[in-house]
Amino acid sequence: MFTTLTGFPGSLFDELDRIQREMDMSFGERGLPSSIRAAAGRGFPPLNVGATPEAMEVFVFVPGVHPSGLEITLDKGVLTIAGTRDNGIPEAGERLDVYKRERFHGAFKRVISLSEDVDPAQVKADYRDGVLRITAPRREKAQPQRIEVK
Amino acid sequence: MSDKNVTKQEQQQPTEPVATILPDVDVWEDAAVITLIADLPGVSNKGLNVRVDNDTLLIDGDASLDIPEGMEAVYAELRTPHFRRSFALSRELDTARIDAKLKDGVLTVTIPKAEAAKPHRIEVRSG
Repeated sequence: MFTTLTGFPGSLFDELDRIQREMDMSFGERGLPSSIRAAAGRGFPPLNVGATPEAMEVFVFVPGVHPSGLEITLDKGVLTIAGTRDNGIPEAGERLDVYKRERFHGAFKRVISLSEDVDPAQVKADYRDGVLRITAPRREKAQPQRIEVK
Repeated sequence: MSDKNVTKQEQQQPTEPVATILPDVDVWEDAAVITLIADLPGVSNKGLNVRVDNDTLLIDGDASLDIPEGMEAVYAELRTPHFRRSFALSRELDTARIDAKLKDGVLTVTIPKAEAAKPHRIEVRSG
């Protein structure tokens, strides 16, 4: 039921997924050489991409940033999301002990290829509860059209 | 006596396992307070449940995304909207004065330490 609420496939193996993700980051893409430009497919912030006939939708999970600090560009179908995030841990003081530091902090950048038919002029972005939602409508003429037969 | 035991067992219904994600956290402690910050993207006050008893802090968040009708998933790195993580607390934390704040998907929980537990200088008597 929950998978249909979100529209994204879910899996009971998500915890293993997380561990694998961390191992991938430590050991590289399973130790085998890959394309020099290959995206790791992981990193901060995580993102989900969906498609409707009218638009491409990108959900970027980036809590705790100010929208004005995000730089979103779309060029030739390639969407780039960049920004920085500070995690708010105070400077090490006299009695400060930091036990966990798992949240990403620092500069981040994600690049995704959207389909070529999206119109950069119509892109909308909305930030709510830490989720940046980018809607990239497709160009009018790219939408499927019924062809009349005379 | 045995009647009581039977009732207890009936009340424990098996729950369906739900896939959850452990949210990333930052935890630090200074002289007066312990602070925990968790990333819960997509979770608003409605979907958040923070529970604390003397021993455990439980964070339970359900994200809600605005999915357009008929959207087909192309690529998903975050596959389940449920975040859940619990932490064992120690006795010197004053859980009655816990404070929790949620903003832009970031949950900040602060728990002060009980007065007696704060580090204080011990007077050494001479003689």
